[in-house]
Amino acid sequence: MKHVILKSLAVAGLAAGLSSAAFAQPKTVTIAVSIPAATHGWTGGVVYHAEETAKQLEKLHPGLKVIVKTSPDGAAQANALEDLMAQKVDALVVLPFNSDELTNPAREVKKRGTFITVVDRGLKDASIQDIYVAGNNPEFGRVAGKYFVDNLKQGNVVVFRGIPTVIDEERVTNFEKALEGSGVKVIDKQYANWNRDDAFRVMQDYLAKHPKIDAVWASDDDMALGIMEAIRQSKREDIKFVLGGAGMKDMIKKVMDGDKMIPADVSYPPAMIATAMNVTAAHFYGSAPMRGTYVLNAQLITKDNAKDHYFPNSPF
Amino acid sequence: MTENAIPTTPPPERRRFAFDLRAASPFIALLALILLGAVVNPDFLTASNLTNVVTRSAFIAIIAVGATFVIAGGGLDLSVGSMAAFTAGLMILTLNKLGGAETSTLLMAMGVALMVSAACGLFNGLFVTIGKIEPFIVTLGTMGIFRSLVIFLAAGGTITLRDSGMREMYRPIYFGSVLGIPIPVLAILAVAGLGALLLYKTPFGRHVVAIGSNEDVARYSGVPINRVRLLTYVIQGVCVGIAVLIYVPRLGSATPTTGLLWELQAITAVVIGGTALRGGVGRIWGTVAGAVILELVANIMVFSNFVSEYLVGAVQGSIIIIAMLVQRSLQRAR
Repeated sequence: MKHVILKSLAVAGLAAGLSSAAFAQPKTVTIAVSIPAATHGWTGGVVYHAEETAKQLEKLHPGLKVIVKTSPDGAAQANALEDLMAQKVDALVVLPFNSDELTNPAREVKKRGTFITVVDRGLKDASIQDIYVAGNNPEFGRVAGKYFVDNLKQGNVVVFRGIPTVIDEERVTNFEKALEGSGVKVIDKQYANWNRDDAFRVMQDYLAKHPKIDAVWASDDDMALGIMEAIRQSKREDIKFVLGGAGMKDMIKKVMDGDKMIPADVSYPPAMIATAMNVTAAHFYGSAPMRGTYVLNAQLITKDNAKDHYFPNSPF
Repeated sequence: MTENAIPTTPPPERRRFAFDLRAASPFIALLALILLGAVVNPDFLTASNLTNVVTRSAFIAIIAVGATFVIAGGGLDLSVGSMAAFTAGLMILTLNKLGGAETSTLLMAMGVALMVSAACGLFNGLFVTIGKIEPFIVTLGTMGIFRSLVIFLAAGGTITLRDSGMREMYRPIYFGSVLGIPIPVLAILAVAGLGALLLYKTPFGRHVVAIGSNEDVARYSGVPINRVRLLTYVIQGVCVGIAVLIYVPRLGSATPTTGLLWELQAITAVVIGGTALRGGVGRIWGTVAGAVILELVANIMVFSNFVSEYLVGAVQGSIIIIAMLVQRSLQRAR
């Protein structure tokens, strides 16, 4: 399998470039997209980007039909895959709820000769997928850690963890690895469940416990918003900045506007579903090889590139 | 629990004595926890930290006062967390729709919030009383319904209060204080005071305890079972509404994760406070102490330097169980 590292924009550009071929020989292709329903902010973003991309792709390739189907849980998604197969689709783009539950249903789909693109959470059996598009959690932690080393140089940092999962573990261990040997010290870390209210509570406690905090790694934009409110209430001046993560539009806006407390953000874009859909469409409407693994960079978003990450109409 | 079985007139001397010891035990547990916190980290005992903790417990405390009525009456409401999120969502949408930063706008949105939550409570109550469905099932169902409605309203994202003028005007309801006491704490005192008055000093309160203690006996005694039970759910709804009025100004937003697991926290607070989960006993002030205990335990966890963040849940659970043991042994000692 060929490992390629691409940015979503580059892929979109590639797909657009290849589209000219489509006008020469209109070809009917049906792509099914199966994603989790919008049960929290990030998946809300996934749904938005899937629907937007479906519209764009159908306009770009006249013979193309894209069906977007959302499911509230893993079992429902397995059923949805069966229903989609009954409609005879050429390709399936799937962001699985979890690896275990959806590996077998996806294998059944594969047996019918359907082209399979897996997004974000990998299946148990990698031979099922033709294309794999994923975010990069270890790098998410690394990029954040490097930002603290470069910009804070030395000082005390408090860390907010999400929900105890592999994703969270990969992010935090790599964050701490990136700090090794620098003057930046993690003085406290606690779980706040990627939740605004919990982050508010933990930040109030951090502020009461530690007389001097130089910066905060919120590791998530929702948590960063709760943290900001706690800092504001305490009227403390020692905290230089808060670094979030994911790329929520409110936070990107703050970065764009040059908010001193929110100088940057680290991306973990729900738009990766768009990358996957574009690459899948390019497989059918172009001649370039597309099979492989695409790992999206966790990018540092600063004032200079914030515009590229700002989607004012997205719910996230 | 002999003195609680029938809420008619028990011998006054004995009752007052038993009541005092039992009612005091959650507060003794609370004091023990404060001592523990002081041992764990001296910074714990600062006025600002303790004020933060009590202020934060306001949502659960106020909701749990409502839950005390429902549980004392032999019912259960699992939908309060979702109901809070749904009410908060609708309240913010109302504020956004009306626009501007006038007091009248805010009052109107507050009215909407209270009406929505009372209606949600009425909805639960009607299914329990007229529909004759187990409260566990009804409120489990409405828990899902209210939660999905918020997700739907937010399109999976966040419902945020847009007008920054309104945001600033409303903010002091959570962050402000009167005579040095934070407004949310005053709200706890007011709600609990009214609740105690209603539960201990009115016929309605005695009816609630009667139907929770023994429904058949209450029915034969002429207690209007359905009306009383329905009202407990409406009271629960109104309490959720009041909690939302304090919740919204804090972060100015509602998300699909707002109020997650609040129902469990509220029920835990009620039980820690000495109300029997099977009904028939209700202790309003104990419930308030229970809510503060829950918030305090979480606070002490952050302040301790020796508990790994992986084990916080285990230590938290142990402290709650030990606190209950302390209480029970105090009660047996009488």
